[in-house]
Amino acid sequence: MATGQATAATAFLEVSDLRVSFPTPDGVVQAVDGVSFTLERGQTLGIVGESGSGKSVTSLAIMGLHSRRACNLAGTIRLAGEDLLAASPRRVRDLRGRRMAMIYQDPLSALHPYYSVGWQIAEAYRAKNTASRKSAWDRAVEMLDRVGIPQPDRRAHDYPHQLSGGMRQRAVIAMALSCDPELIIADEPTTALDVTVQAQILELIKDVQAESGTSVIIITHDLGVVAKVAERIAVMYAGRIVESGSVDRVFESPQHPYTWGLLASMPRLDRDRRDRLTAIPGSPPSLVDVPGGCPFHPRCPHVGATGGLCVTSRPPLHDTGQDHWTACHLDDAVRSLIFSEEVKPSL
Amino acid sequence: MTHTLPERPATADEAQPLLAVEGLTKHFPVTSGVLLRRTLGQVKAVNGVSFSLRRGETLGLVGETGCGKSTTGRMLAGFLPPTAGRMSFAGSELTGASQRDRRRLSRDIQMVFQDPYSSLNPRHTVGSIIAAPFRYQRISPPDGIKATVQRLLEQVGLSPEHYNRYPHEFSGGQRQRICIARAIALQPQLIIADEPVSALDVSIQAQIVNLLDDLKAEHGLTYVFIAHDLAVVRHIADRVAVMYLGRIVELASSDLLYSNPRHPYTTALLSAAPIPDPKAAGRSRIRLQGEAPSPLNVPPGCPFQTRCWKAQDICRSTEPPLAGSDPAHMVACHFPEGDAKAASESGITADQPHAAGELALG
Repeated sequence: MATGQATAATAFLEVSDLRVSFPTPDGVVQAVDGVSFTLERGQTLGIVGESGSGKSVTSLAIMGLHSRRACNLAGTIRLAGEDLLAASPRRVRDLRGRRMAMIYQDPLSALHPYYSVGWQIAEAYRAKNTASRKSAWDRAVEMLDRVGIPQPDRRAHDYPHQLSGGMRQRAVIAMALSCDPELIIADEPTTALDVTVQAQILELIKDVQAESGTSVIIITHDLGVVAKVAERIAVMYAGRIVESGSVDRVFESPQHPYTWGLLASMPRLDRDRRDRLTAIPGSPPSLVDVPGGCPFHPRCPHVGATGGLCVTSRPPLHDTGQDHWTACHLDDAVRSLIFSEEVKPSL
Repeated sequence: MTHTLPERPATADEAQPLLAVEGLTKHFPVTSGVLLRRTLGQVKAVNGVSFSLRRGETLGLVGETGCGKSTTGRMLAGFLPPTAGRMSFAGSELTGASQRDRRRLSRDIQMVFQDPYSSLNPRHTVGSIIAAPFRYQRISPPDGIKATVQRLLEQVGLSPEHYNRYPHEFSGGQRQRICIARAIALQPQLIIADEPVSALDVSIQAQIVNLLDDLKAEHGLTYVFIAHDLAVVRHIADRVAVMYLGRIVELASSDLLYSNPRHPYTTALLSAAPIPDPKAAGRSRIRLQGEAPSPLNVPPGCPFQTRCWKAQDICRSTEPPLAGSDPAHMVACHFPEGDAKAASESGITADQPHAAGELALG
């Protein structure tokens, strides 16, 4: 069930059958339920989904940031062949920051208000490298310069509250880059920012990636952001990947009814104005009580076309050709027909 | 004493604008000291905003953080007194109205907020939340409050059985429906919606936008729709006002604004909006540098001059007024896009604004 080239031996990051659940007083929350994907070196993967789809929980699992006491983790996560779920917490801690780094959504809460940004970046660098205070500080200034902060030697002395939202996010990116990681996970890196600043930050992430050949996972709810920066996309719903493939193919001919629904429900600047938006009925399921069969079936307009299969059995993620994967029971030929005749004209 | 809902005069002067705003200004003083308060400066949140709104029209207010769009909305709704300027609603003056008049007017002007989690009291049932406007206005609807509230719940796509439930039992989209039911309870004429869909998931946003569309058609509502999402605003608004640092920099019909933006900021904003199509990723984008200045420190002249690639001396000294030969398309810029005359006089190539932007700032 691996997506991508499925070259298990050589993939840089390989997540297979990842399951994350949290026991709560209301029942077990199955936040991630059998997620598999691979990421090559230098590739950018966009994970898209609504709140509660499991996209952030997946990324925290890769970073080893889930408390083992508070949740149950199963499956494997291999980074350059090394199983992160089987590794000791100490080993994961060593890898985190050095080989993989994270950019968070809200830069203000990702930075400590009491310390200057330069100090914080230098601290992150010193935690993973043997460096003098002076050389770590120089590294921090160099990093601030690299992410496009003007007068980095002066701005390094600034506290987070003295920087604007966009500058703070640049500082967080500088911190993530300070140890030259091979994998960067950006969790909604531009959601808290204005649209002109968002464009700047997305360009920065693209530039950094092109320069250093880092692999990037960008997590977002905005299909526009994915279209802009990613090469591959995985669409998540209720803790599962329902569709994945190259960005070009998935946007050109999306295969899963949920992806259709997402695209159809967005008003778009590059299309003529429509009289009415096509909303997906209902709301995403509670993760305590995910519907059986296909989790999307209660909201899917095509549920009747499979003779009840959607309600009773979970559709596997399968290749529909050209490395474009989908988890839907509709026959591939039928689905293509529905897309070209009903869905595409309304997008 | 209780009232019934007044019959709306059906033929209320159609020519008269429902809402007229002139020179609306809000400055928040920044002070220090406890006993000896000194004013250190003014946060110029809104600086001379003027527009009018016809009955049944939807005006979109767009702009980035700190542009004053929410402050404008809050002044219209009566939550904030303006520092200067005038607002009139259906012919009666809103500014300087007594508390009592204002309360009466608030039947006609209602607000929907961004965050449906913090705008509903968690200790009150849905029924009591939606009935609150009737209690505050001492209005008893003809069928009784409970039946009316249940009818409102149905109108916004919820079930009448939700009457006794609490807000925490609902999802974000459903809560926003509750907020909308509360806003339309008194059959207002004007609804100010401040980012009503931006806290919601993509698939739910469309539901709420469609609901607002339906309610408008059904009740002949007029909306001021405040949002930062340009695509949503294009969908819902008839006219759009683009705000920057407390001013309206461009005000045009939705069609004109999106097809032919004239203010450099509007073009930059439109070109920065992410488009869900990888083929569009390569489109030329105006790379705006930096962020908007703080409203505490508004630059002299045109507020956009610090980031504008066309800025000339006049932009740094004189603030351009919101004007235009076409009343349907007003712009506050000395060198608007598509104005060949002004451009050739100043020696700027307006034909290639994108290239100019990259050159000057890239």
